[in-house]
Amino acid sequence: MSVDQATVRRIAHLARVAVEDKEVEHLQGEINAILSFVEALGAVNVDGVEPMTSVLPMHLRMRQDEVTDGFIAADVVANAPEREDSFFVVPKVVE
Amino acid sequence: MTDLTRLSLAAARDGLKAGKFTATELTRAHVEAVAKARALNAFLKETPERALAAAAESDARLAKGEGRPLEGLPLGIKDLYCTNGVETTAASRILEGFKPHYESTVTSQLWRDGAVMLGKLNLDEFAMGSSNETSAYGPVVSPWRRSGSQGIDSAKIVPGGSSGGSAAAVAAHLCLAATATDTGGSIRQPAAFTGTVGIKPTYGRCSRWGIVAFASSLDQAGPIARDVRDAAIMLRSMAGFDPKDSTSVDRPVPDYEAAVGASAKGKKIGIPREYRLDGMSAEIDALWMKGVEWLKAAGAEIVDISLPHTSHALPAYYIVAPAEASSNLARYDGVRYGLRKPGKDIVGMYENTRAAGFGAEVRRRIMIGAYVLSAGYYDAYYVRAQKIRTLIRQDFEAAFHAGVDAILTPATPSTAFAIGEKGSADPVEMYLNDVFTVTVNMAGLPGLVVPGGLASDGLPLGLQLIGRPFEEETLFSLGSAIEQAAPKIEQPKAWWA
Repeated sequence: MSVDQATVRRIAHLARVAVEDKEVEHLQGEINAILSFVEALGAVNVDGVEPMTSVLPMHLRMRQDEVTDGFIAADVVANAPEREDSFFVVPKVVE
Repeated sequence: MTDLTRLSLAAARDGLKAGKFTATELTRAHVEAVAKARALNAFLKETPERALAAAAESDARLAKGEGRPLEGLPLGIKDLYCTNGVETTAASRILEGFKPHYESTVTSQLWRDGAVMLGKLNLDEFAMGSSNETSAYGPVVSPWRRSGSQGIDSAKIVPGGSSGGSAAAVAAHLCLAATATDTGGSIRQPAAFTGTVGIKPTYGRCSRWGIVAFASSLDQAGPIARDVRDAAIMLRSMAGFDPKDSTSVDRPVPDYEAAVGASAKGKKIGIPREYRLDGMSAEIDALWMKGVEWLKAAGAEIVDISLPHTSHALPAYYIVAPAEASSNLARYDGVRYGLRKPGKDIVGMYENTRAAGFGAEVRRRIMIGAYVLSAGYYDAYYVRAQKIRTLIRQDFEAAFHAGVDAILTPATPSTAFAIGEKGSADPVEMYLNDVFTVTVNMAGLPGLVVPGGLASDGLPLGLQLIGRPFEEETLFSLGSAIEQAAPKIEQPKAWWA
């Protein structure tokens, strides 16, 4: 399977990365090189094989449903590029 | 006084305890070595004041006879571990200036045990790379050089990656040991390239909490050190249960150091025939066979085994790892931390921020990840790769079920290459570096790399031992047997200082 330039633009948008027009052809070549590298997997017989969902057999632990952390709003926003009090500031999203 | 940077971690620990020198003297010697080695670009951030303050505290404790397991021992920390109040970048522009308000569990355990932080070590951006060339802050230069190339202009060799700063700093005696992380070989390949020892423990052995995530089902923390004993000492402090990581395993941490030097007698070592690749260099094959002889001489039994799905591991990895990376790296959006570039609306801001903040390799991988997870391709790529992962794990389980205690393989398909030599035209050329290491991450197993000697180009080569889940002690015992038998590697002279 290989991708065309329209697909490269679509993937870039899905990944939320701006790409310039002049980069598209180069990216297409690189992505197709990787896709052709993984192509051989299509021939592996995986009938009846369960996909791995846990690296080692382990079950998720339960704990009491209680507050264990919090009241650290100033720490949470400390690294924000733009903030007001304990809020993150983003461009307007609702008209 | 002898040069304190030449000591092993264990010897420095014992020397401090015996009062032969102080933690302040030991730390100052390393701080000076770090400052003189800036040409290697191994450290992204030096923290000498913090180091000397910690050393003074260690001296006070040692004087009272209250030294902890790593008291006063200067370490380097891969800049993927969040350190409270100290800039943590993952070697990416997108995290420039990020100062965590918390400490990763693994580093907090090192400070709990008295270790001293010298600074933060360079790496491939977000740990994605095999040569440390994808760092936004420039490549790391290995202290090693090819034989016969002694001039200052001679080809600069890569230390491997992604833990290239960790491996270079340990090999150049800038720190006694370093933390590292391994998603597809990022501890073991740089250890092999620099003649050092590195272990990727079993998945779940070390907490991932506070370590910048790349591919969560593959990432594991581990140490790089100059010998097997030092790696064992480091792992004991790094490992342990952490309720903040839901994949952390609640089982006691053994005294790994006690396993160093334990007999290899009667251990069954598997030699997987699928690791003998077409066109593999004769030198790699010869070293592998030497490893077999060394373990045989130590009393181990050698058996041929088959791991039939080996050749599918690397392609499957290049679906699973980018898929998880694309999800993990979605958090870098210019809102909560790091870089922000304005756009015409909020999506434009996300896209511009990420275009400016991510380097070429990271961008490539998150795009591949977005593609293999997208509607219509998810089953054909991602689900299929996860099924193949099950097959890879079953291969290992069958070998262990048949009584194999550990598996011996080469660590890398070649010695280290020069900066700029690989992967510029085709990214897959670089990916092939991890062909022997990536299976271990796919199956969640522990893997140890120990030096095996020097190749004809004068650069180090390593051997890899793969163990059963949570049997790191077997690896330390067998690794020390190889260490005893292999020719001693003389670390490179300090041409950079």
